[in-house]
Amino acid sequence: MQTESTRGILRDALGIAVASGAYAISFGAISVAAGLSITQTCLLSVVMFTGGSQFALVGVVGAGGSVWAGAVAAALLGSRNALYGIRLASLLKPRGWRRLFAAQFVIDETTAMAIARDDPRLGRYAFYATGFALFVFWNAGTLIGAFATQAISDPKVLGLDAAPPAAFLALLAPRLRAREPLAIAIAAAVVAIAVLPFVPAGVPLLVVAVLVAVYGWFRR
Amino acid sequence: MTWAGVVVASLACYGLKLAGLSLPERWLQNQRVQRTVPLIPIALLAALVGTQTFAIGQHLQLDVRAVSLVVAIAAVLLRAPFLVVVAAAAATAALLRLWL
Repeated sequence: MQTESTRGILRDALGIAVASGAYAISFGAISVAAGLSITQTCLLSVVMFTGGSQFALVGVVGAGGSVWAGAVAAALLGSRNALYGIRLASLLKPRGWRRLFAAQFVIDETTAMAIARDDPRLGRYAFYATGFALFVFWNAGTLIGAFATQAISDPKVLGLDAAPPAAFLALLAPRLRAREPLAIAIAAAVVAIAVLPFVPAGVPLLVVAVLVAVYGWFRR
Repeated sequence: MTWAGVVVASLACYGLKLAGLSLPERWLQNQRVQRTVPLIPIALLAALVGTQTFAIGQHLQLDVRAVSLVVAIAAVLLRAPFLVVVAAAAATAALLRLWL
């Protein structure tokens, strides 16, 4: 393994981790503003550790939905990590307790970093380096955001109730580089808003999830 | 109640990651599964953007959050980093509430 390339990987991993750490500050803030405790907020970042799902859960709760509707949305958003796991299994070949440990790092960023390498050793290195760095910065950021927000009497004064849609948009944008995903996104937003007055909070997400699954399944 | 939801959802998300690493490849290698799963985050995130901007609970409501969304879209189009997108949206809502 060349030292030069591991150094480059490490630099990229740290860059990703710092950016995510800043993003985690907004997660901590949104979560506490939604009414979750600091402990609950930190547990999400330690155990759930997959940004989109975490934002979905606290977003649904903050909007007045039940925590279970939020939980289902979080799990649905996390389903893509299972596909990443399949792609990574042959590269990582984790055994025994190592698999339990490696599994926690199977997310967007680590997958992208790992599969970009031709040399499998560098791929594994990239996976673990990105995973470790991200885990540390993600949880530190969460803690900072959560404590800072608890110190504020009314999070609405800082516009924190307007932050979740922007966070979801920032997560969504990189996935919209073709016409089909853009059309799906617009249709999903319209359907969710249309059914919202008629079903309990959080349920519009499940309606949309079912519709897109049916579409994906039967599309040519 | 919140605790139970937080714990169950966290374990479910971890379980999905572990399942990907552990299950026999062919189980999830199905072409339809491969095509469908990546669409779910797109639809869900878009639905979250829509509902969290234009509703409070079960009621549709147009307020400063819509302006915040426009600012966030502009920030995303300008390729601003995550935190800038979120902070710009929050600041927009905060400032508009001060002025209006």
